[in-house]
Amino acid sequence: MSRQGLKTMDQAQTVNKELYEFKNKRVSIMNKLMPVLLLLCASVSILTTFGIVVTLITETYHFFKVIPIFDFLFGTKWSPLIPPKSFGVLPLLSGTLLITVIACLVAIPLGLASAIYLSEYAPKRVRKIIKPILEVLAGVPTIVYGYFALSLITPMIQSVFGSAGVFNALSAGIVVGIMIIPMVSSLSEDAMSAVPRSLRDGAYALGATRFEVALKIVVPAAFSGIVASAVLAFSRAIGETMIVTLAAGSTPNMTINPLDSIQTMTAYIVQVSLGDTPHGSIEYGSIFAVGMTLFVITFLLNIFAQYIARKFREEY
Amino acid sequence: MEALININKLNLFYGDFHALKDVSLTIPEKAITAFIGPSGCGKSTLLRTLNRMNDMIPGTRIEGGIAIGGTEIYSDEVDVETLRKKVGMVFQQPNPFPKSIYDNVAYGPRLHGITSKKELDEIVETSLKSAVLWDEVKDHLKRSAFGLSGGQQQRLCIARALAVNPNILLMDEATSALDPISTLKIEELAQELKDKYTIVMVTHNMHQAARVSNQTVFFLNGEVIEYSDTEKLFSNPSDQRTEDYISGRFG
Repeated sequence: MSRQGLKTMDQAQTVNKELYEFKNKRVSIMNKLMPVLLLLCASVSILTTFGIVVTLITETYHFFKVIPIFDFLFGTKWSPLIPPKSFGVLPLLSGTLLITVIACLVAIPLGLASAIYLSEYAPKRVRKIIKPILEVLAGVPTIVYGYFALSLITPMIQSVFGSAGVFNALSAGIVVGIMIIPMVSSLSEDAMSAVPRSLRDGAYALGATRFEVALKIVVPAAFSGIVASAVLAFSRAIGETMIVTLAAGSTPNMTINPLDSIQTMTAYIVQVSLGDTPHGSIEYGSIFAVGMTLFVITFLLNIFAQYIARKFREEY
Repeated sequence: MEALININKLNLFYGDFHALKDVSLTIPEKAITAFIGPSGCGKSTLLRTLNRMNDMIPGTRIEGGIAIGGTEIYSDEVDVETLRKKVGMVFQQPNPFPKSIYDNVAYGPRLHGITSKKELDEIVETSLKSAVLWDEVKDHLKRSAFGLSGGQQQRLCIARALAVNPNILLMDEATSALDPISTLKIEELAQELKDKYTIVMVTHNMHQAARVSNQTVFFLNGEVIEYSDTEKLFSNPSDQRTEDYISGRFG
């Protein structure tokens, strides 16, 4: 029995070709134009980065023609404005690191604990309320944090440690830490929430408690995301400016005593930019050298974060 | 065969949804009991009440009772973690941890406080042997569990469950993600394990229930329609709906 509707070759040749007209000029031009437009948008930020790097490098180069790079990197006295002038960056570097370490000591445990709470314990409704509130913390202008440090934290520190000055690294460090908590908690929570339910179920079915599941399954599986969040927070703390300008003082000081007044790299840049230092002078050039140092440190940290994230990725 | 699990007028609600309705059932010790029925009939839900995995789902409410070996498992005095240790579970999708084969099996024992390397080595070996995986993996225990095939991963999950020394093993459609050959291996494994363990399996596959189980329970819309010896249920069901389902008229 032959099938109905089966055409012979002769009939097949009478296809109405107008029905199969696929060309559309307008669409094909748009298809070619769109990627170019999008690339242009993307190149704005690429060009900006490039511009920043070029400016930093040229100005830093001029600075190092006058001040030997060795004296800059390994000098232990930073006195750019008051003679005898000295441009050893170590006091600024140690001040910055002191702040950053204090901030991370505050932010990483608290941020991680809140992330674990949010991802493993909090009922949906609670999470819906707490997460936005935490993220509001990230939106508070840093100048407000600066005053918070100066007018609330510093007096508290002084009442505990009588020897603490009005400006001290501890107060600024704690508040920088509070500022970066949302960064740690939010990114870590994202990483933890991405751990599949089936892994948790597997552990629960073996008789693990909620805390054991959080600590021994979820945290290791989300480890790369957690480390990335911590390193990002670290580099954010290094770059923080306003809080340290207000609360940590402006005394370049090679110290690890958190109760001392110090100066960070960023605070120094603010100090010189706001002052009446003439354009083109060596003091003026020094802010680019300091800026370059900051840039290199955060750049290396970001590479480090990516390396860690890749190395410790547990696939699931 | 003595009844090990006694389910008495169990009702379970997810919010407003009445997922299990007046379920009463006994499950014999050291045998395989299969739960069959169309999707959404409550068979997986009932399985997950046996190790209280439903506790994790917010809005779940339970009435009635489940006793295992005489102990009411939903009473306040029951320690859920100990219960889950005694009632192991294997899931639909193989879910090995992102760790080595060894660490996967050793995970449970470590969790419950075993630290001695020698003891752990022993547990890992016996568990993998019980799960008939030892010969395939004994030379690369340190390799990631993700390098194994789906069927091997599922046997690894069985080994992981056996490593904490359970009495009961729940298998939630444990072969539905596997190819026929791996499925057959798991079925053979279940046959071997039933000498030592009480196995309760949920399956989509009626033929699987007919092949491997001793007792079969047929669910429909959250109710137990019928349960009896597998042979009787498939050859001479007493309810018309069971007959319709096993002869392929629906589901």
